[in-house]
This record gives sequence, C-alpha cells and structure tokens, in this order.
Amino acid sequence: MKIKSKICNGTLYIVLSGELDEHSASHTRITLDDIFMAEDFAQIIIDLSELDFMDSTGIGVLIGRYKKMKNKNIPIYICNPSRHAERIFKMTGLYELMPKIV
Amino acid sequence: MKKSNYMEVRFKALSVNEGFARVCVAGFCLPLNPSVDELGDIKTAVSEAVTNCVVHAYPKGNGMITLTCETEGNEVKITVKDSGIGIKDIEKAREPFFTTKPDEERSGMGFAVMESFMDAIEVTENVGGGLVVVMTKRINSGLAKVENA
Repeated sequence: MKIKSKICNGTLYIVLSGELDEHSASHTRITLDDIFMAEDFAQIIIDLSELDFMDSTGIGVLIGRYKKMKNKNIPIYICNPSRHAERIFKMTGLYELMPKIV
Repeated sequence: MKKSNYMEVRFKALSVNEGFARVCVAGFCLPLNPSVDELGDIKTAVSEAVTNCVVHAYPKGNGMITLTCETEGNEVKITVKDSGIGIKDIEKAREPFFTTKPDEERSGMGFAVMESFMDAIEVTENVGGGLVVVMTKRINSGLAKVENA
C-alpha cells in the first residue's frame, strides 16, 4: 500500500495505491492518522483510482478515520472507487458517512 | 461431458498470505475465462474468508488454512477451512455488521460480502474444530459455455 498526500486550498488529498486488506490495514491506519495529525485542512478527499483491491477490512479502516475526523468536524469524501469497492461501499452504507464526489 | 479440475493449498494463517490466496484462486479459475468483474468477485470473497481465519480462528497464532478450489463446467467451488476456535453462533456471525471485535475497527461485513459476491455460501463447523466456508459461483462468460458444451 502506498499513500500519497497533498494539500491544496485547505483540502487534504489522499491517494491510496495498491491493495487494502487485513495485511495492509495497520500500515494504512497509522499512515493516514499521522498525515491527519500533521496537516492543517478543512476537508479530506480520498482518491481510490489507484487502489487495485479492497475488501471489507478497508471499510473498517475508512470508518475508523471518519470517526476520528468527525470529532474535528472535518468531512471526508471518496472519489474514483472501483466497481467492486463501490459495491462494498453501497452495501455498508459508507457513502452516507463519506459521500462520493466526481 | 463437463470438464473438471481441482487444486488444494495449505498455508499459515498470516495476513501476508491473503494476497497469495486471492491470486492463487484467480489463476486457477482463468481457464473458465471469467470476466474481470467475476474474477474480482471471487478474489474479494476469498479474501474475506481467509481474513476471517487470520483474524478470528487462531488467537494464539500458528494455525493453518486449507484452501481448495474445484471447477466443474462453468461452476467454481471454493472451500476455506481452518482448525481454529470456531464460531459459537454461526448464524449470528453471518448477520451484517456483526463483529466480536468492535474495538478493532472491524466492519462485520465479511460474510455479507461473500454472500453478495458469490452465488451461494455455506458455513459449517469443521470436524475436530474450526470452520469450513464453502462458496460457489457460476461463471457466465461465453468461452466457458462453449468449451463445456
């Protein structure tokens, strides 16, 4: 799992690349939390266009980050999910917490 | 006559083996010429089943997972078996959002995803302890039908 980030006009952009499963979940959690702590921003956009695979473990990771940012009133948005990721998001209602943007 | 094939692998219940399990089954299913979506369905379901073993079956570590895949005609049957602590209430565990580890950011959607991405799933106790998950899926691509006609 590779995680890239940049800030532009108060928005933190995150790009997840690779596979998000149980094996990469811990690294992903820690890295995202470190980025969230270090930077100053008003909203987060997570780009999944380079994510090759994700199972329901990824949902746990994303909801965990949502809960942490909710305490700071910082919204998280999802963009470019694969069709499989999209199906899991819709099944779990993730978009109600982290809306999809185009 | 329908063509059939079978494979079996055993590996440690380690998260690093999840990717191996996914690719292993996906590669085995390739002769059925599945679509990209069908292959994605299978890989996701296998990942969920193997993750369950890694996370829940062996709290003390050092467990093994047996993964088998059988194809007959255009149907794939995948079995993921462990010899771990099992599940007290299998029906409860299959409910969406149910998790025994709510403090670990678990979604509790593993079985729900397997059910959604495969045609059928059966979860039973393994004789001697542990769990057996059997998942089946019909590959609807054109080549599989032609080859086995």
